Amino acid sequence: MKKSHTRDIIQKYSIYLVLLAMFILCAVVNENFLSVRNLTNVARQLSVGTIIAYGEMLLVIAGLIDLSVGSVLALAGVLSIATYQGTGSLALGFLVAIVVGVLCNLINAVLVTHFDVPAFIATLAVQMSARGAALFYTKGQNLLQLKDYTIFGQGSVGPVPMPIIFMVVLTIITWYIMNHTRYGRSLYAIGGNEGAAIASGINVKRNKYITYVINGVFAGIAGVLFMSRVNAGLPNGAVGYEMEGLTATIVGGTSFSGGVGTTMGTLAGGFIIGFLNNIMNLTGVDSYVQQIVKGGIIALAVVVDIRSKNKKTQKVILAADDNEKEKEKEAAK
Amino acid sequence: MRVSGINKSFPGVKALDNVNFAVRKGTVHALCGENGAGKSTLMKIINGIYKADSGQIFLDEQPVEIKNPIQAKEHGIAMIAQELNYVPEMSIEENLFLGRLPVNKLGKVDWKTVRRETIKFLEQENLPYSPTQKLKTLTVSDIQMLEIIKAISYNAEIVIMDEPTSAITNREVEVLFEKIEQLKQRGVSMVYISHKMDEVFRIADDITILRDGKTVETHPASEMNLDQVIALMVGRKMDNVYPKEEVEIGDPILEVEGLGSKGVFKDITFNAKKGEIVGFAGLMGAGRTETMRAVFGLDPYDEGTIKVHGKPVNIKKVSDSIDQKVVMLSEDRRRYGIIPIRSVMENASVSSLDKIFYGGKSHPKVERELVSKYFEKMNVKTPSLETAIQALSGGNQQKVLLAKWMLRDPDVLILDEPTRGIDVGAKFEIYRLMTDMVEEGKTVIMVSSELPELIGMCDRIYVMNQGRITGCLEKEEFSQEAIMRYAM
Repeated sequence: MKKSHTRDIIQKYSIYLVLLAMFILCAVVNENFLSVRNLTNVARQLSVGTIIAYGEMLLVIAGLIDLSVGSVLALAGVLSIATYQGTGSLALGFLVAIVVGVLCNLINAVLVTHFDVPAFIATLAVQMSARGAALFYTKGQNLLQLKDYTIFGQGSVGPVPMPIIFMVVLTIITWYIMNHTRYGRSLYAIGGNEGAAIASGINVKRNKYITYVINGVFAGIAGVLFMSRVNAGLPNGAVGYEMEGLTATIVGGTSFSGGVGTTMGTLAGGFIIGFLNNIMNLTGVDSYVQQIVKGGIIALAVVVDIRSKNKKTQKVILAADDNEKEKEKEAAK
Repeated sequence: MRVSGINKSFPGVKALDNVNFAVRKGTVHALCGENGAGKSTLMKIINGIYKADSGQIFLDEQPVEIKNPIQAKEHGIAMIAQELNYVPEMSIEENLFLGRLPVNKLGKVDWKTVRRETIKFLEQENLPYSPTQKLKTLTVSDIQMLEIIKAISYNAEIVIMDEPTSAITNREVEVLFEKIEQLKQRGVSMVYISHKMDEVFRIADDITILRDGKTVETHPASEMNLDQVIALMVGRKMDNVYPKEEVEIGDPILEVEGLGSKGVFKDITFNAKKGEIVGFAGLMGAGRTETMRAVFGLDPYDEGTIKVHGKPVNIKKVSDSIDQKVVMLSEDRRRYGIIPIRSVMENASVSSLDKIFYGGKSHPKVERELVSKYFEKMNVKTPSLETAIQALSGGNQQKVLLAKWMLRDPDVLILDEPTRGIDVGAKFEIYRLMTDMVEEGKTVIMVSSELPELIGMCDRIYVMNQGRITGCLEKEEFSQEAIMRYAM
C-alpha cells in the first residue's frame, strides 16, 4: 500500500521530475546553460509560446482546440502596431490587440457552439481568414519603426524582462481560474463528459464562449509581445505557433481527449521545450536535426503519458474488483 | 431447429439458464418475455454473435457449431436484429452487398453485378428507390423494411426477427406478414420476438415464454390467451427485498399538466406528492425517459406546464430545475452520468460548485467534508476520494451520482432505471435512500422496467405507452398483469 502510494506521487509529479532531470542534464552538458543571461533568454523566448499554451490548455481540457491562434496573433499584432503608429498611444495599441484577439475567437465560439462545427475545422477556417486579413491590411508589407512599442517585448522592470513578467502574471491568472473558480472546474467536467456536464446543470455553451474569449485575450497579448520583440509588425509572423502552444500543453500532461490538464504542467511543458531548444542551440545541433529531435520527444512524452495512465487505471480497477469479491465472500458467509 | 441446454453468463448475471427451444419446419414460433428475460441473448447465440457457455444447437437434428454470423448465414440462418446494422452514409447497393462485394481476380469490385443485382432486388420487392440513394435519406421504417427483405433474400431456412415491427407503419406490417406467409409456404421456419401481443397471436403457430433466462413453457398459440401469456411472462415470485415504509402523503410537490413534445410524448399529466414514491412503468420506447428529461430541462417541450409546490415554473435548462430542487438520475450512466476520468469527489460535487467556490476562492476542505458526509450516508466504497470514478463498480458509481444529487438537498428526486445493471446490495441501498427521502417529506419518481421493483417500492404507478399515459394504478390495484395490460 505504502509503496504504491509513493509510485502514485511519482506519477503525479513525473512531469516536474522530467523537467528537473532535463535541467540537470543541460547544466552538465554545457557550462553556459546555467548563466543568468542564458536562463533569462530561455524564459523570454518561451514566454509567447507558453502564453499561447495556456489558451490551448483551457480549450483542450474542455474538449476544444484553436488552430487559428498563430494567425490571430499576427492580425492582432499588426492592427495593434498600426493603431499605435496612428495614435501614438501604447495603451490603445495594447487594447486593440486584445479586442482583435477576442473578436476572432468569438467567431470561433459561434461556429463551434451555435453551428456545431467541429472546433478543429472552425478554427482552421479562422486561421486562414485571419492570416488573409493581416496580409490584406498590410498589403503584405512588414510594419517597421515601432519606436516605444518595443517596450512590451524588449523592455524590463529592473532585471526582469517584460515578456517574463507577462508570462508570470498570466500563469497566476490561469492557475487561479483553473483552481479557484467554478468555471475552471466546469471545464474539466465538460471535457470529461459533455453529456454528464449538461445533465449536472453546467451551462456548457456559455463556458465554451468564455474559454474562447480568454484564449482571445491571451492571443492578443501574445501578438503584442511577439511583434514588439522582433521590432516589426509581421503579417506573415508566428506561422505554426498554435502547434508550439499545443506541444507545450500536451507535453505538460494535458489529455488530448479532454478533461485532464494543469496550469503548472503546461508551464513545465513550456520549459521542457524551451530547455530542449536552448541546449540544442548551445551545443550547435543542426536546426533541421533539432526539428527531428523535437518531434521524437513529443511522441515519446505522449506515449509515456498514455501508458502510465492506462496502467494506473487498470491497477485501480483490479483493486476495486478485489474489493467486490471480498464483499461477495463476506455476503456469502 | 432445436436448441438444448443453453447456458450463458455475463459478469454478474446469468443471462440464460438451461434453455430448451425448438422450431418446427415451416412455422412461426413466437418468443415472449419481459425486457431482460434473455430473448435477444438467445437469438444472438443462435446467430453466432455470442458464444454459449454450454449447450448445443441442432439443425435437422444434426449438431452444428456456429461461431459467427457468417457461419450462421452458411447454415441458412438469417437474423433481423432489433438494432439495425447499416451504414447511413453508404448507398443502398453498397449496404446490400456490405461485406460480400463481388470482386474479380485483381481485387477490383464488380460494380456492374452489384448494380444489376440491386436493381433486380428492388424491382422484385417493389421498392421505389435508386440503388445509389444513401441509406440516411430513407425513413427508419423503409430501412427496416429493406433490412427485413435483405435478410429473407439470402434463401434462409431459418429467419429470426427481433422486434421487426417496432419502427414500421401498419401498412408495412401487413406487407411483412404477407412475406411471412409466403415464407411459411416455402417451408422456412421463423422465430418471432415481439412485445406486441396482437401480432404474436396473429402469426405465431407456437409460443415459448422466457423468464429470467429460463424457458417457462411452450404451447401451440391456439391453446393460449393473452392473460395466460402475460401471467407466465411476469410470474416470478416477489422477494421481500423492498424496504418500504408507511409515510403520510401530503400535498403535491411536482405537478405536470398537458406536457407534450411533438412526436415524442403528448398530454402528459401527473403529479408527485409529498412523502410519495411514484412509479412510471412501460415498455422500452414508451416515452418515460423522454418525459422525465423534459421535466428536468434536458430536452425542450412544446406545450404544457410544470408546477413545483403549486407554482408554475419555467424550466428551460437543467440549472432551472436544480434551482427548483428537482433533480434526475439518468438511465444512461455512461452518457449522462459519470465523468469517467475525474475523481469521485469531483463527480459528486459537480452540481454543487456554488457550495465550494465562493468568496473568490475554492474551499477544498468544505468539498472534502461535504462529499465524505454523503458518501458515508450512501455507503460508497472507494479507495480514496481522488480515485477516478471509472475505476469503481457500477453500483458504487451509481451511489456517487446519487450523492451528487443529495448534496443539492432535492425536493423531487427523479430516478430513471436506477437499479439497472447493479448488484443486489447496491440496489437495496438505493431503495433505502428512496425511503429516507420520502420520510423527510420529499417525493421520489422512479422510472423502471422492473415491475417487481415498482410494485415493491411505489405508492402509485403511472403506465405509459406510445408517448401517452395510459393508466394510473393505486396501491391496491398493483399487479404485474394490470401494469402490462396498460403498457401494451
